[in-house]
Amino acid sequence: MTRRAQSALAAAVDPMTPTPVMVRKALWENDDTFTLTLDCAPLGERYRFLPGQFNMVYVYGVGEAAVSISSDPARPGTLDHTIHRVGLVTTALAQKKRGDLIGIRGPFGSSWPIEVARGKDVCIASGGIGLAPLRPVIYAMLKDRDAYGRVIVLYGGRSPLDLLYRVELEKWANDFGVEVLVTVDRGDSSWKGHIGVVTSLFQYIKLDARETIAYVCGPEIMMKYTIDELDRRGVPPAQMYLSMERNMKCAVGFCGHCQYGPTFICKEGPVYPVTRVRPLLDRKEL
Amino acid sequence: MEKEDLSEIMRQHPFLAGLSFEHMQTLVGCATNVRFADDETIIHEGQVANKFYLIRTGRVALQMDVPGKEPLRIQTVGPGEILGWSWLISPFRWHFSGIVVLETRAIALDGECLRAKCEKDPSFGYEMLKRLSQVMERRLDATRLQLIDLYDTAARAGR
Amino acid sequence: MYVVELNDLQGLFTALSQQGYTIIGPQVRNGALTFDRMTSVDELPRGWTDHQDGGMYSIARSGDDALFSYTVGPHSWKRFLFPARLRLFAARREGKGFAVDPPAATPAPPYAFIGVRACELAALDLQDRIFMSGQYADAHYTAIRSSAFIVAVNCGRGGGTCFCSSMGTGPKARDGFDLALTEIMDGERHAFLIETGSSRGKDARAAMQAREADPSEIARAAAVSRAAESTMGRALDTSGLAGILAENFEHQRWDDIAKRCLACANCTMVCPTCFCSTVEDVTDLTGDHAERWRRWDSCFTSDFTRVAGGNIRMSTRTRYRQWMMHKLSHWVEQFGSTGCVGCGRCITWCPVGIDITAEAAAIRGANVATTNG
Repeated sequence: MTRRAQSALAAAVDPMTPTPVMVRKALWENDDTFTLTLDCAPLGERYRFLPGQFNMVYVYGVGEAAVSISSDPARPGTLDHTIHRVGLVTTALAQKKRGDLIGIRGPFGSSWPIEVARGKDVCIASGGIGLAPLRPVIYAMLKDRDAYGRVIVLYGGRSPLDLLYRVELEKWANDFGVEVLVTVDRGDSSWKGHIGVVTSLFQYIKLDARETIAYVCGPEIMMKYTIDELDRRGVPPAQMYLSMERNMKCAVGFCGHCQYGPTFICKEGPVYPVTRVRPLLDRKEL
Repeated sequence: MEKEDLSEIMRQHPFLAGLSFEHMQTLVGCATNVRFADDETIIHEGQVANKFYLIRTGRVALQMDVPGKEPLRIQTVGPGEILGWSWLISPFRWHFSGIVVLETRAIALDGECLRAKCEKDPSFGYEMLKRLSQVMERRLDATRLQLIDLYDTAARAGR
Repeated sequence: MYVVELNDLQGLFTALSQQGYTIIGPQVRNGALTFDRMTSVDELPRGWTDHQDGGMYSIARSGDDALFSYTVGPHSWKRFLFPARLRLFAARREGKGFAVDPPAATPAPPYAFIGVRACELAALDLQDRIFMSGQYADAHYTAIRSSAFIVAVNCGRGGGTCFCSSMGTGPKARDGFDLALTEIMDGERHAFLIETGSSRGKDARAAMQAREADPSEIARAAAVSRAAESTMGRALDTSGLAGILAENFEHQRWDDIAKRCLACANCTMVCPTCFCSTVEDVTDLTGDHAERWRRWDSCFTSDFTRVAGGNIRMSTRTRYRQWMMHKLSHWVEQFGSTGCVGCGRCITWCPVGIDITAEAAAIRGANVATTNG
C-alpha cells in the first residue's frame, strides 16, 4: 500500500484527518468570492454527499474552514466549494490554483430534505453566498424536473457584481422553467433587474402557499425576515427549512463551538426545519 | 380610454383591492392611463410632486443623485406597486427620481385632484392614507434591512 | 462485599502494575491534591484533607492517617482521556503538495485510576456520551476509556463546595467502576470495604488479601457515605431547572453575574464535564512539516464564537449565560441529563467565587444574596 493510500484509509477511519485532493479549477465569482472545483477521486468510491452538507477544507499548515458543498450531488467525484475570502484560511484558499492540493474531510451535517418537495412547488430564497449550499438542491431538482411543480429561486445580493452563478441563473430560467428573481441592494444605470431586499420579491410571485416547500439560506437576519414573509403569505412553518452557520472546529460534535441553543449545528444542522429553530432566531447572542 | 375601462383596470391593482364602489368612482375622476419607454424619467428629484402612479407592468428605479458620484439606485418598483407618495405630504416635492428600467404601463393619478377629494371626503382620505401607510411601513422595513448591508456582514466563510 | 486491611491494599497496586497498568492517583503537589503517576500505597496523601469554599482552596493535616479524607482537587480525570493538548495529525510537504500521516496509534499502556469519586464517575459517563456514543467516536478517548481500570473511592466527608447529593450523582459510587473502596477507620482499625463492578474488578480483588465483609463493616461503610451526604457545603434545587433557565434567557441576574465574572475560563478548565476544544495548525520553520493540535477551549474566550462577519457572543454576560445554560439546561436535551455532577470545582476555583448553585437559585427566584461580590 502506498503512503498516500494509507492516509486515505486513515481518513476514512478518523473523521479528524483530512485527505489531500487536487484543485482542478479556481474560478472567481466576484471580487472576493471564488469557487474551487476539486478532483475528489482520493476520497474514494464511498464518498457521497447530500445537498446542504459541508466539508472541512484544510490548507496545509494554515488551518481549516467549514465550507458547504455547492456542486451536483450526482457527481460526488467533482466537488465545488464556493468560498468567501475573509479570514486566514479562506485567504490561503484564494491562492490555490489548478494542480494545487488542499485537504478535505466530510461530508458533515444535515441536508435539505428534497424528498418532501416531490409533487409540490419549491421556493428557494437565498441571499449573498447563501445560494451556494442551495445550488445542489437546484441541480438535483433539475435532473428530475417533472417531479416538482414550480421551482422558484429568489436571490438577493449586495450589488450586481456581487451575484454568484449569474450564467447558471439565466440557464435555469431559460432551459428549465425555473422562476428566477434576482434583486440587489444597490444598482447602477446598467442594472435592469430588481433593486431592494430579497423579501420584496415575494410580491411578484403568487405562491400557492399550502403547496409550497421553502428552503432559505443567507445571513441570519435575512432568513428571519424571509421566514416572516413566507409566514405572512401563508406558507406553513412546517414546510420551511433553513441553514445556519456558526464557528466550527471539529464538525463532528466534539468541539462545542457550533452550539446553537440546545443544538449542535454540525450534527443536527446546518439545515434545520424552521419549526425547530424559530424560537432561537429571536434570542440575541445565543 | 373610457373611465369605465379604467376603473376595471384599477380594480385589479393590489393597491386598490377591495376599495368601495363610491371611493373608486371618486378616484377614477383623477386617473389617466399612461405608458413610459425605457430610460424615461417619470419623476424628477426636487420637482413638484403632482402625480401618483399605480404600476401595471414594467419596472421603475428610484434614483438618488449623489454629488460627485454615480447616481445611486436604491429600489425598483414593479407590477402591483405604487410610485410616489410625496403628492400627499407637504411640501409636495419628489425626494428621488423615477427612471424607467423596463417599459412601464401605469395609472397616473393627479395629486392636486386627489388632495382636494381627500380634504372634501375624509372617509376617502382616510382610506387612501391607510393604504399608503401600509406601503410606507413595508418600504421603511426594507430600507432598514438595506441599511444593515446584510450580505456583506454575513457573506462569511463556511457557507 | 469484601474487606481489605490497609496493610494489604498494596496488593492492588502490585497486581495492577504487574498487569501493565500505569497507576494514577491523588498526590500532594504545589499545595493541592492533584493526579500523578504512582506505584505504591505509600504515595497516597495520607493524613491530608482540604478546605474549600467559593474562590478558596487549601490543604491541611487531617489529624488522622486516612488516605482519602479530602474531596476533589483542581484536576479531574478528563485530563487523561481528553488531554489538554493532543496532536490530531501530522502532515508533510511532498513536492508541490502534501501528505497527511495517520494519527498516532492507540496510546499505551492502559491507565488505572485510583480514587475516582462518585461525582467523577458521573462526569466520565457524561463525557462518554459526548466522545463515544454519537455518530463519531473520538479515537483517543475511546482507546483510553475502554482500557482504563477504575478504582472508585466513596467520600467520607462532603467538601465545602460539594453538592453531588443534589445532582443525584453521589456521594456513594453506584456503578461505572471496577472496584469501589470505602475507607473505614475505627480506633486502631484501618480497612477498606470493597465492592466490585466488573470481572476485572473481581480479579483484582482476588489478588488482595481480602475477606468477606461482616454486617458491622457494611454498616460502618454505609455510615461513611451518610456522613458525606450530611456535610456537603452546597445544594442545588434541580426541579424544573432546565425549563426555568430557558424561560429566563433575558434575566437581570445575567447582568449582575457579568459584573463579577472575569471571563477567566477557570470554571471550564476545572469542570470534569466541559468538553470544548479548538485546534491550532503549526508548521516548522522550513514549512516541511505541519501539525494540527487540539487543545482545551472555553466558551468564555472572545474567539469562541467568532465568525467572519463578527462575534456571536460579544459580552461576558452572554458567555456566562451560555456556560450555565449549557450545563444545566441545554445539556439535558443534548445528552439526556444535566451536564453538572455537583463536584463544586467551578465554585472553588472561580477567582471571585461565583457559585453556580446560588446563581441558579437566584434565577429561580429563591431569596439568595449575591455571593462574594
